[in-house]
Amino acid sequence: MSHVHDHHHHDNELDPMAARVRALETILTQKGLIDPAAIDVIVDTYETKVGPRNGARVVARAWSDPDYADWLRRDATAAIESMSYTGRQGEHMQAVFNTDDTHNLVVCTLCSCYPWSVLGLPPVWYKAPPYRSRAVIDPRGVLAEFGVTLPAGKKIRVWDSTAELRYLVVPQRPAGTDGWSEEKLAELVTRDSMIGTGLALEPEVA
Amino acid sequence: MNGPHDLGGQMGLGPVAPEKDEPVFHAEWEKRALGVTLCSGAMGFWNIDESRHARENRHPVDYLSSSYYEIWIKGLERLLTRHGFVSDRDLAEGRAVDGAPQPRRVLKAVDAPAVLARGGPCDRPVATPARFKAGDRIVTRNFSPTGHTRLPRYARGKRGVVEAVREGFVFPDSNAHGRGENPQWVYTVVFDGREIWGDDSDPTLSVSIDAWESYLEPA
Repeated sequence: MSHVHDHHHHDNELDPMAARVRALETILTQKGLIDPAAIDVIVDTYETKVGPRNGARVVARAWSDPDYADWLRRDATAAIESMSYTGRQGEHMQAVFNTDDTHNLVVCTLCSCYPWSVLGLPPVWYKAPPYRSRAVIDPRGVLAEFGVTLPAGKKIRVWDSTAELRYLVVPQRPAGTDGWSEEKLAELVTRDSMIGTGLALEPEVA
Repeated sequence: MNGPHDLGGQMGLGPVAPEKDEPVFHAEWEKRALGVTLCSGAMGFWNIDESRHARENRHPVDYLSSSYYEIWIKGLERLLTRHGFVSDRDLAEGRAVDGAPQPRRVLKAVDAPAVLARGGPCDRPVATPARFKAGDRIVTRNFSPTGHTRLPRYARGKRGVVEAVREGFVFPDSNAHGRGENPQWVYTVVFDGREIWGDDSDPTLSVSIDAWESYLEPA
């Protein structure tokens, strides 16, 4: 059964997982244990409200405002909360800054821990065995699959999210962006650059 | 447990294969799976550690051949049956056949945004001072508990350095099994890649974990 939805086909009644989840929702609703309308709200929250644009605005502010960057380094939870990004899987935040010397990469080898409040729900690859197994032992090989090649001598720091701290990578600000507004800078900040599997976009690419 | 979820350093699992312009959900049922899982958790009968263990404590073939939302649903069915909310007969018939205990609360749509925005902080006061400080050399314990733990196998019995003292956090190894929160100090501990993977390791690599105090001994 498991191979069925490895392909990106449309949901339909023949899919065993669709039937299984519907049965569970039906049972719980009939017993008065859940409110299906709350599910709609949860889905809408993560489809339209909470996503990687949140994190991009945090990064853009850190690039623009040294005091904010310093706060983000010392107390990411409070600095991010000041931009109204709070909540589930973002309760305890830590920002890690890429530098000329070190590139940071975030993984959860044990499950799928991810900073929902700033990046939204994790992509499939982040939760899947290949990334979780390889990020800690072969980060350069993993980065190559994302089209990222780091200089040979650059240090790589992999953060395995084994506890309740959630990590946000602050990528390096691209050259040629002096005087840009936060709004414009945020467009350079990709989701992957905040996981560490990407870099911020160059101005001409964005 | 030394379970199938503990994937750090395993080989042969294939390429990462990132998907371009990936949608938030790949099927309608994934949306419902997320929502049913969060709404069921909101009833208040289990914690995140018990949830994780319910997902992870399964046959490796099952775990590795299931998508992540599939794992969530399998874990959720286990939690709901364990706590008496859903019976095998309910699941077999796809409708409510047997009764269920009263939930402590039911998450209503109107309250969902606030509940999501509040989250579930796991930091707790710890009565004793932190045993370690930044810069201390440590060695991680080598153990193989049959229950839940958050010390990955690749990081057991390894020498590292405490980089940061975090806060007191609920201890998953006991909390997952209903044995209490027993909060401990958590530390970010860094290992050289060669300490973990041997001489062939990428020499530029260092790996950190967040470790509860009882995972660590002075080196």
